[in-house]
Amino acid sequence: MRKFLTALMLVLMLCTVASADDVIKVGIFNCLTGQNAFGGQLELEGTMLAHTLNPTILDKKVELVIVDNKSDKVEAANAVTRLIENDKVNAIIGTYGSSLAMAGGEVAEKAGVPVIGTSCTNPLVTQDKKYYFRVCFIDPFQGAGAATYAFRNLGFKKAATLVDMANDYSVGLGKFFRDSFKKMGGEIVASLFYQSGDTDFTAQLTALIDAKPDIVFLPAYFAEGAIVLKQAKELGATFRFIGADAMDNPEIVTLGGDAVEGFMHTTFAYDPSMPEMNETAKAFTAEWNKIHPDKAPNVNCALGYDAYILLKNAIERAGSAEPKKIRDALETTKDLPTVTGMTTINATHDAEKDMGIVEIRGGKKTFVGIVVPEV
Amino acid sequence: MNLNIFVQHFINALSLGSLYGLVAVGYTMVYGILRLINFAHGDIFMLGAYFVYFATIVYKLPWAVGVVIAIIGTTICGLLVDRIAYKPLREAPRISALISAIGVSFFIENFAVVVFTGMPRPVVQPPILMQPIVLPGDVRLIPLGILVPIVAFVLVGCLLWLLYRTKPGLAMRAISFDIETTRMMGVSVNRIIALAFGLGSALAAVAGILWALRYPRVEPFMGMTPGIKAFIAAVFGGIGSVPGAMIGGLILGFVEIMSVAFFPTLSGYKDAFAFCLLILILLFRPTGLLGERLEDKI
Repeated sequence: MRKFLTALMLVLMLCTVASADDVIKVGIFNCLTGQNAFGGQLELEGTMLAHTLNPTILDKKVELVIVDNKSDKVEAANAVTRLIENDKVNAIIGTYGSSLAMAGGEVAEKAGVPVIGTSCTNPLVTQDKKYYFRVCFIDPFQGAGAATYAFRNLGFKKAATLVDMANDYSVGLGKFFRDSFKKMGGEIVASLFYQSGDTDFTAQLTALIDAKPDIVFLPAYFAEGAIVLKQAKELGATFRFIGADAMDNPEIVTLGGDAVEGFMHTTFAYDPSMPEMNETAKAFTAEWNKIHPDKAPNVNCALGYDAYILLKNAIERAGSAEPKKIRDALETTKDLPTVTGMTTINATHDAEKDMGIVEIRGGKKTFVGIVVPEV
Repeated sequence: MNLNIFVQHFINALSLGSLYGLVAVGYTMVYGILRLINFAHGDIFMLGAYFVYFATIVYKLPWAVGVVIAIIGTTICGLLVDRIAYKPLREAPRISALISAIGVSFFIENFAVVVFTGMPRPVVQPPILMQPIVLPGDVRLIPLGILVPIVAFVLVGCLLWLLYRTKPGLAMRAISFDIETTRMMGVSVNRIIALAFGLGSALAAVAGILWALRYPRVEPFMGMTPGIKAFIAAVFGGIGSVPGAMIGGLILGFVEIMSVAFFPTLSGYKDAFAFCLLILILLFRPTGLLGERLEDKI
């Protein structure tokens, strides 16, 4: 029996060795459970759609290895370690959540495996990293975009921020919004905070009502954001709210009901309601609707999809799936057509692309325009 | 800050504080009788909210029916937890039951993630409870904000009546002194303890339902923060004391809201204010505001 098992093990090992050459292993680490599961799940579905449509790269079969980081910083580092050491992946895609990306990024950096971030928008994610890239734009750009839209397009002069101080993403965005809004000549009348997991925002909202801003920047996750908007309505707040890409989730209307009416947020330049879609986005939307007829795609799905396309393009240009060569090719990505617009990777490994503004009108997300942020 | 804004803060604090108090009452009752800190209380609370979600949103039952189902369902879950995780440890050292409680808490949370997924769910809010009443000076009060303290105080009243005016209440208080002697007096100890757990779970369900109505979002980890806050409230008031838990909850609510009201720039640290107060209470009044004096039992 033991001999048989040993033989079987040997055969299996040989198989892996033999197949290692004609399989490209792409690791996915994303939050499939825990606090951020809603975003991670959607991104995974996007990446899987891209994989279904492009199952081979350079005539090699692509194998996805999916690991859950449980929305936890420690688990994120473990997940990346596992992908690199056990599964020996060529490249990694992930994740939703900047804190998670930073925890996982350290590990990948040491091992020299390239990672493509999906929607981790904090600048620190790729700062001083040789191997971390991302398919999304970054927070200064986004915070400035919200400020530009509020000040220039809507003509608001007094703003306030309500920030989740336990979340790197939210803190970063809040700061960039305030800086940019002040630079344009606006006034910040209040700057308030809460902590992830809070459910009662009445104290902060009452203080905001007292400060009388025209608009409040709310860089929250949608689950908290929806509750904030609900309580604001109950308290009779008359100011408008603008948020960022983490508020971009179809569930916000289900959770917030009529309280989210008129809420705006910055996002990537993709939405199924967009009047003029680029070719890639059209194809993506059509394929998505074939597989998920009962669920509209959102921006996370698009970013999950784009991350795979970016990787595919880099491997093809490198002509090899060696991690180092993929990295070098990723660095020179220029004007790659993706679902969320033309993607160019800049010197800090961030994607430079257009920014969209969405407003909730009549219970539906409506794409109201593209903005060029004044950073 | 003008007077109107202050009154608004006051109303917010009352509503939040009585919710904390309500969760804390169930916590403290189980502790008072069994000397067991039931860490799973917050998770039973979460189950109560999910029962309402399933009854009203998924099966579209009328709201009142949903509440009844939630209370019954949650009580059954609480009894199951007692039967499976605590009863076999009745004779074991207290620390074993405490560890078992932590295990139950993790189990229920993760079980909920697997079964319900991590996606937050909405809850139907009956419009009659949510339509704000505008008081003079544009102070807004939602009817639910009045209902919560009323429900809390009525339940505390009922619980005190049960504990001090009925036979099972007498048995519960006896158990808190000495299980063995109580058993020798012919009291069916296991049945009384099960009753205590059932009541504790029903209270958790009521709190979970009201919480879900006030903050209409149900998710598997929603019980964690209220669980910790209720624990603090119970310790504030003197753990084991039912009226103490209610008072502790109200104080906690007021500290949190008023810290934001008076120090808006420090609003991210409102939990820190609450925890500092806890440390002070523990330093100067270790048994809490209404806690029993510690005396050695022979």
